[in-house]
Amino acid sequence: MRYLAVHFLQGALLFLVVSLLSFTFLELAPGDFFQEMRLNPQISPNTVARLRAQYAIDRPLPVRYGHWLASALRGDLGFSFAYGSPVTPLLLVRARNTLLLTGTATLLAWAWALPLGAFCAARPGGWLDRACSMMTTTLLAIPELLLGLCFLLVGVRTGWFPAGGMVSARFEDFNRWQQVTDLLWHLVLPVVVLVLGSLPILLRHVRAALLEVLDSPFIRAAFGHGISRRRILFRHALPAAINPLVSLFGFSLGALLSGSLLAEVIMSWPGLGPLLLEAVLARDIYVVVGAVTFSTIFLVAGMALGDLLLFASDPRIRSEALI
Amino acid sequence: MRLTRAWTLPLVSLAVIHLVVLLAGFFSPYDPTIQDRTAPNCPPTRIHWISADGRLGWRPFVYGLAGNGFAEPMQAQPCAEDQQTPYPVHFLVRGASYNILGAMTSDRHWLGVPAPARIYLMGTDNYGRDVFSRLLYGGQISLFAGLLATVLSLTLGVLLGTLAGFYGGWSDAMIMRGVELFVALPWLYLLLALRAFLPLHTGPRQTFLLLIAVIGLLGWARPARLVRGVVLSTKERSHLLAARCFGASDLYLLRRHVLPETRSVVLTQAALLIPQYVLAEVTLSFLGLGVSEPVPSWGSMLATLQQYHVLVSDWWMFFPGLVLVLVFLSYSALSNAMQEDTAKAGIGSNAFS
Repeated sequence: MRYLAVHFLQGALLFLVVSLLSFTFLELAPGDFFQEMRLNPQISPNTVARLRAQYAIDRPLPVRYGHWLASALRGDLGFSFAYGSPVTPLLLVRARNTLLLTGTATLLAWAWALPLGAFCAARPGGWLDRACSMMTTTLLAIPELLLGLCFLLVGVRTGWFPAGGMVSARFEDFNRWQQVTDLLWHLVLPVVVLVLGSLPILLRHVRAALLEVLDSPFIRAAFGHGISRRRILFRHALPAAINPLVSLFGFSLGALLSGSLLAEVIMSWPGLGPLLLEAVLARDIYVVVGAVTFSTIFLVAGMALGDLLLFASDPRIRSEALI
Repeated sequence: MRLTRAWTLPLVSLAVIHLVVLLAGFFSPYDPTIQDRTAPNCPPTRIHWISADGRLGWRPFVYGLAGNGFAEPMQAQPCAEDQQTPYPVHFLVRGASYNILGAMTSDRHWLGVPAPARIYLMGTDNYGRDVFSRLLYGGQISLFAGLLATVLSLTLGVLLGTLAGFYGGWSDAMIMRGVELFVALPWLYLLLALRAFLPLHTGPRQTFLLLIAVIGLLGWARPARLVRGVVLSTKERSHLLAARCFGASDLYLLRRHVLPETRSVVLTQAALLIPQYVLAEVTLSFLGLGVSEPVPSWGSMLATLQQYHVLVSDWWMFFPGLVLVLVFLSYSALSNAMQEDTAKAGIGSNAFS
């Protein structure tokens, strides 16, 4: 219980700090959404002043922050100037799209990394291990940005995959089954980019964690008892090595919202990333603050979940925490 | 640290890349902002050795581009070669004057062709600007933003890490809370948000410094934590206690005994951080939040690939990405070599410590 409380407090603190920092920087920055509007000769200075008063931008910083905090705690993250609508529903729709993309990618990346890392660790220096280490080194040196562009090129050149977007233009006319396949079809390229981007790091961690365990006496004893290699690897070694991987899994859960910005922008996936980018360029401040605090909360929650999983999976930690 | 074979290859390739980028004025045939509107989106200029009548010449030459007024103006393909007259490639030619590091002005270029013809080693972009020249000048922004941001980050990290580790107490507690906070932040989102609150329309020099400050200030946490660990373990060593008993001041202890111990951690962190920060600059420029046009950066050059026709037909616009991969490979090889070295050193020193 204390475990949860600490995480909750930390999350709340982070939320406060991030939002306060954003607001402070906002105060320091010259210009705002309506100042950019002032450049337009068709809009009179009076209108700009009235709009600023209407959205309360002309009030002092502590007042505005207080108001924002009070409404944020009630689940209302403010009003978007550019979209002319409340921020929260805007963010929720985009966050759902992002989660669809990153959830699939994270699941696939782990599904590949666990067995592949295990087989690599089983015979270090073998052909599979060498191939994997070469692949990870190469993939680590290719930034996600470049990977995205390359796969976009493949999609465009071959025409096998749709180039960007989440659904086809005629999505509304499709029946249920067609809609699902259309969505999956659009999902392929961005998911591949994200998987290739995160796989090398996961693979290295899985391999390192397993190598350490495979060195220990109880594994040798298991060999001595004549238990098959496969059973030792997956039934005995993997559960023993799961500890660092659980924390890593928590981290990848936390990065679900914020880890795919570039892939989303390049593949024009209507997620949180492109929304944030547009808002930054248009100085649509409440959207920016909302998106950043949203993803920060998610990050903290992911790590907390990772810790809880660790708590559930490792009796040593459980007994330590109880004492 | 001994310079073994594992060190030389990445070090040499990095040195070459940085030197060429630093001397961009000399190695680039043209000014990176000069536009040749008659020849946009042209592929790399072909360099010929065998002349039209089939003889092998001792000097390579190029043909003029149709767009540059060599053929009929109505001709549909401005990038086609006009094979009337060959233009020999000359080395150390005079051209547009340039400035190296603000210290030296010159107009000698590494290579060039006589006036009406132009040589585009990596083709041209949408505005007919020389991609090769832009690549070199863009490297000055991208590579050095990464380097300087790393210096800033490491300085802050060492300062705060030493403070936390050496003095302990409430400063330690404060700094470590800060570290936990900063490590937990979604850094790309925060980078974007920070950039959002800073002025968008500024001169290239201000933007460059701003990028360095933003990237560097966000990344101090990890090096600070590592440095703190090293300082904590060094503080308890007996030679330090002995020095303290001889009346050494804190400053002397730090300078003489503690900071030298952090050297290997700082160097390994640098090899990890520099490519990360180069990538951060490239990413921000790619998203249109970096140094503004017409000043080139690798990120803004790659950003043109988001246009459909460039992506599909202008393969030479991928060159900045290729150089980026080369830089990353070199840094990862370098950090591997460093880690192996420290691992070996660790085994060796165990016998005495």
